Amino acid sequence: MSVVIEARDVEFSFGQTPALRGASLAVDAGEIVAVMGPSGSGKSTLLHCLAGILVPDSGEILFDGAKVHAMAETERSSLRRDRFGFVFQFGQLVPELTAAENVALPMLLSGVRRTEALRRAYTWFERLGLDGMQQRRSGELSGGQAQRVALARGLVAEPQVLFADEPTGALDSLTGEQVMDLLVGAAREQGTTVILVTHEARIAAYADREVMVRDGRVNAPDRIAS
Amino acid sequence: MSVPLTLLGLLEREPSHGYDLKRDYDAFFGRGKPLPFGQVYSTLSRLARDGKVVISDVAPGSGPDRKRYIITDVGATEVEQWLTQPVDPEPHLQTVLFAKVVLALMLDRPAAEYLDTQRSAHLHRMRELTEIKRAGSLVDALLADHGLYHLEADLRWIEMTGARLDALRKEVRR
Ligand SMILES: Nc1ncnc2c1ncn2[C@@H]1O[C@H](COP(=O)(O)OP(=O)(O)OP(=O)(O)O)[C@@H](O)[C@H]1O
Ligand SMILES: [Mg+2]
Repeated sequence: MSVVIEARDVEFSFGQTPALRGASLAVDAGEIVAVMGPSGSGKSTLLHCLAGILVPDSGEILFDGAKVHAMAETERSSLRRDRFGFVFQFGQLVPELTAAENVALPMLLSGVRRTEALRRAYTWFERLGLDGMQQRRSGELSGGQAQRVALARGLVAEPQVLFADEPTGALDSLTGEQVMDLLVGAAREQGTTVILVTHEARIAAYADREVMVRDGRVNAPDRIAS
Repeated sequence: MSVPLTLLGLLEREPSHGYDLKRDYDAFFGRGKPLPFGQVYSTLSRLARDGKVVISDVAPGSGPDRKRYIITDVGATEVEQWLTQPVDPEPHLQTVLFAKVVLALMLDRPAAEYLDTQRSAHLHRMRELTEIKRAGSLVDALLADHGLYHLEADLRWIEMTGARLDALRKEVRR
């Protein structure tokens, strides 16, 4: 297996507050990794550094061999748009757009034609148990439905890496597991690498392995032989 | 899993042959650990001895597999009682994990590392159960979930204990 994305000895502070103190993590192509650890340990910050949203104070971020930490903002934003997908806990859908338009958005931003983008977006709704909701706006969806729409949006452009920060945090157990089932199923099918931040063990159990973040560093347990 | 009570429960549905009981036991309760025929018949004959089942339809000279078992009122009452009484909430952890942590602290061993190792073993098992859940039937999924929720509870205890090791060390080392 080859490493697709990697953080090497990354340090990052919010002003005087150190959030990452030498965090390292290497993720193989197609791997699903759960990032766990106590609140405030630096999980989201690590995710944002890996995704090129934040730039580390020191250390390196490598994606497909390219030095993300050294890229200009325009380069990082096209990387985020064209190669990465995102699913977060809350408030991700654009309220003015329909559910289908929300799903189509990453493709529209990448220059896919509107009819084609919407056609591809529509195919996700049945898969997600949301058939008939394509025309609803986000205010007309339940939390779990909106979360599934956000998941479709994260995966629709078949990103190389999907970054998910507590994607099931606002959901009840059953809906949360349905979302994970879909996420894992779709990621495996498209070969998408997934970096999944969660503090819930049952959610982390959908991943191939887990790493623990503590005090801004990553502890990867020795892999247990299956 | 109480084999006698489970077999009695299966007999509450309808009188059955030992073979049918074994098949249903294995399908719903065996989970990869099939009940040996020997145990099925020895259990049934103990239940008969205790008046909880009676045997009918014995063709002369036939083997044990030709007998049909019928639950009695005594047997049905026992099933009813078993179903209505809550199961003892078992404090699993207090036995092994708790003892390990306390001893590790007493002996000045790396308790935090032991907890980390335990956490990854638990998560490893949780991944296996999740895989079973994703691949299997609803019965498999429900059983896997039962295991998953228990392991999750252990993990929460592991987190809380890990966060309070320093205080616990002071308390157990004097
Ligand atoms: N925008 C910010 N400004 C200042 N400090 C921040 C900011 N975001 C995070 N921090 C601090 O950085 C540290 C790491 O935060 P981070 O959000 O990465 O934690 P986390 O592991 O994701 O926690 P949680 O599980 O609560 O989401 C914390 O001490 C936090 O207070
Ligand atoms: Mg966070």
